Amino acid sequence: MEKTRTKLADGVFLTCLPARKFKTSLLSAQFVTPLQEDTAAVWALLPAVLRRGTVRFPDMRSLSQELDQLYGAEIDYTVRKKGESQCVGFVASFLDDALVPGGERLLEPVASLLGELICAPVTRNGRFLPAYVEGERDNLLDAIRGIVNDKREYADLRLLQEMCAGEAYGVSRFGDEKHAAKISPQKLYAHYAELLSTAQLELFYSGSADFERVRQTLLDAFSTLPRESVRPPVLPRPHPPRSEPRVVTEEMDVSQGKLGMGFVCESDDFSALLLGNTLFGGSSNSKLFLNVREKLSLCYYASSRYHRQKGLITVSSGIEFENYQRAYDEIMAQLCAVREGRLDGWELEGARSTLLNAYAAIGDSQSGLENFYLGQAATGQEEAPEDLAAAVESTDAERIFRAMESVKLDTVYFLKGRERAE
Amino acid sequence: MKETFYDRIGESVWRETLPNGLQICIVPKPEHARSYAFFATRYGGMDVRFQKDGAWLDTPPGIAHYLEHKMFDTKEGNALQELAKNGAEPNAFTSNAMTGYYFDSTSHFEENLKILLSFVSVPYFTDESVAKEQGIIGQEIRMIEDNPDWQIYTRMMQALYEKNPARISVAGSVESIREITAQTLYDCHRAFYTPSNMILTVVGNVDPIHIVDLARSVLPREGGPAIPRDYGEEPPNAAEHETSARMEVSIPQFLAGYKCRPARDGEEYLRLQLLGDLTCDLLLGESSPLYLRLYDEGLINGSFSGSFEMMPGIAYLYAGGDSKDARKVTEEIQKECARIVREGLDEPYFRRVCRASYGCMLRDLNSFENIAVSLTEGYFHGFDAYRFPRIFDDLRPEDVTAFVQENITEEHAVLSQILPRA
Repeated sequence: MEKTRTKLADGVFLTCLPARKFKTSLLSAQFVTPLQEDTAAVWALLPAVLRRGTVRFPDMRSLSQELDQLYGAEIDYTVRKKGESQCVGFVASFLDDALVPGGERLLEPVASLLGELICAPVTRNGRFLPAYVEGERDNLLDAIRGIVNDKREYADLRLLQEMCAGEAYGVSRFGDEKHAAKISPQKLYAHYAELLSTAQLELFYSGSADFERVRQTLLDAFSTLPRESVRPPVLPRPHPPRSEPRVVTEEMDVSQGKLGMGFVCESDDFSALLLGNTLFGGSSNSKLFLNVREKLSLCYYASSRYHRQKGLITVSSGIEFENYQRAYDEIMAQLCAVREGRLDGWELEGARSTLLNAYAAIGDSQSGLENFYLGQAATGQEEAPEDLAAAVESTDAERIFRAMESVKLDTVYFLKGRERAE
Repeated sequence: MKETFYDRIGESVWRETLPNGLQICIVPKPEHARSYAFFATRYGGMDVRFQKDGAWLDTPPGIAHYLEHKMFDTKEGNALQELAKNGAEPNAFTSNAMTGYYFDSTSHFEENLKILLSFVSVPYFTDESVAKEQGIIGQEIRMIEDNPDWQIYTRMMQALYEKNPARISVAGSVESIREITAQTLYDCHRAFYTPSNMILTVVGNVDPIHIVDLARSVLPREGGPAIPRDYGEEPPNAAEHETSARMEVSIPQFLAGYKCRPARDGEEYLRLQLLGDLTCDLLLGESSPLYLRLYDEGLINGSFSGSFEMMPGIAYLYAGGDSKDARKVTEEIQKECARIVREGLDEPYFRRVCRASYGCMLRDLNSFENIAVSLTEGYFHGFDAYRFPRIFDDLRPEDVTAFVQENITEEHAVLSQILPRA
């Protein structure tokens, strides 16, 4: 059973991954739109409001009753950042045919509910119900303000905001408080109408139903979707390099400090950078983990992430405040070790198998598959996990060292405790 | 070796008990690329007082978790690197009643499993390596202390329980872990890491016969004696009814906890678990009258959820999330319970929620991790976790009403709150 990607209508694509090994089927509908400071909060709010009710199921009570009847099918709204695109929509997960008592079929009713959530929301006088918009706007504001509750997530976000200030990549997937607070029911409805007709829609299915049944079901479910002048996804622009690294320090009432470091990769040899990052801090066998955490006990966590679409590497770590300089120096020293190829015999093959393992395992998770292919579609890529695995397989040590040579420190973010007067 | 096929859920489990007492469960998943191993001992954060060679022994809080960290050390270096060569990233967790070691991989699975089984069964500590770990675990403790979710939960447990050691944080405190030495770790390993106190679960693309042969050849020939543990005599009512703290959070968070009557091991344990979970869905779930009313009134948001937990000697139900008025929410929970006790549960509502809960339980079986943990818990508490459909079918509305009447009362209740700093 092969993966297919088919155009269903103008700017509407269906990625179909037949599989019988799961207990569930997964159905997803995602709009892909440019991530921008002034619209991020609007798009983040939209699926939450749509999730409140449709013409046929106008409130949470009737919607949740319908979902109960469908054997506890779940339809969650999602807001994701992929490169410099924002993806908003719904992911539905429901029992696969073989497990439903009495041979009932769930794909058709779930797809039609998904289509209704997007194309037939409950409205009054040509706008969303004010109570729904206000309630969900408050929830969005709570979510934006709540980022600070998880200091690790907060520090990671702050690093990107500081590093990519003025660029789409520095915008949070939820947008900001200032823009969220100003959204009115009228304004949201106008934006909704625009999204519906102009944003690319990516549909995704994984489960045991055959392609023709899925295609027909989705054509029916989205038959009223208006389409005009659809915009293709925007590709991320490279981060403009800084002449000197910038250091940002913030104080808060915390007992553990967070040190974030952002690097720019001038090389575009992505498989070499992927391996280089895995060696540096991308796994629990990486140099950061084994040295900064295990050997020197400088922190509880220290890891790095390669942002392929944007050509960045970011380091995230939790440290004692007074260890700032030691941790900073050690992180830089470990990056140097990767550049200079100071590796133990097992490290390179270990990093390679970590990545190959991860690519091979994507097909074992429906949400992993959906997330992977959405990322590809939103950033204009077409490789399957096997293609990425092949690229990793054929990358030699020299290429890794050369690519990591191009990695330059750009921004440092340090979250420390407030000085207390005793 | 015995194979059992469970037709309601479409799964097979192979089981074997080795002469040394080790239980092995294997769930073959031939269509997956990934295989997952979970090796667990019935020993967790609550097992601080136990009998060894006829005498009661008190050990420092946090020792099971500390031991988990140190098990990765081997005479040759570190098991992480051994596994890293094959791209496997092993990990572990310590909960109140168990410690589990696990990894997943898409290649070299049996080789990796051999490494896992040997590093968990052969301890290697030195005073120096034990002392060094204090820095890492100290950081881990500091990190969780900054986490409002952890604070609110831990404070709830301390208010609910007077004697039962589930009230102690699994990681212990920075002070308590200072008392841990290489010798205490060796003692605890000898007592609790014997094959007769452990279970190995493998889920994935494997040959059951090979797995059993491998475990037989790697693990010690002898099991050990059963270790009596002292959890204290716990009174039925909550020790305290309120607890609160201020932290750097944006919105007030709360948990309402209810101490419930525990169940004995065996099928009764599984039945109570299912009954408690179903009660959460009926009383607090997204389609429950209470949830819908509180959501409409803005007293709760999407973060609100309920859960039912069981551990040796205790059971408790709790619910919470963000709220501007937690006290009002707990009053409403109490009122709804009184209504349910007075009027009983509406039969169509009960049946609809059962349908949804059943679907959710089947959906959870997509996760290899969930499968392994539930089979392990079943083994530790003397029941077969995969027999849940039959026991679930037997639950009646009156069972839920009786459960609510007995357990969700003011005497059993605790309100734990985290408030923003003024």
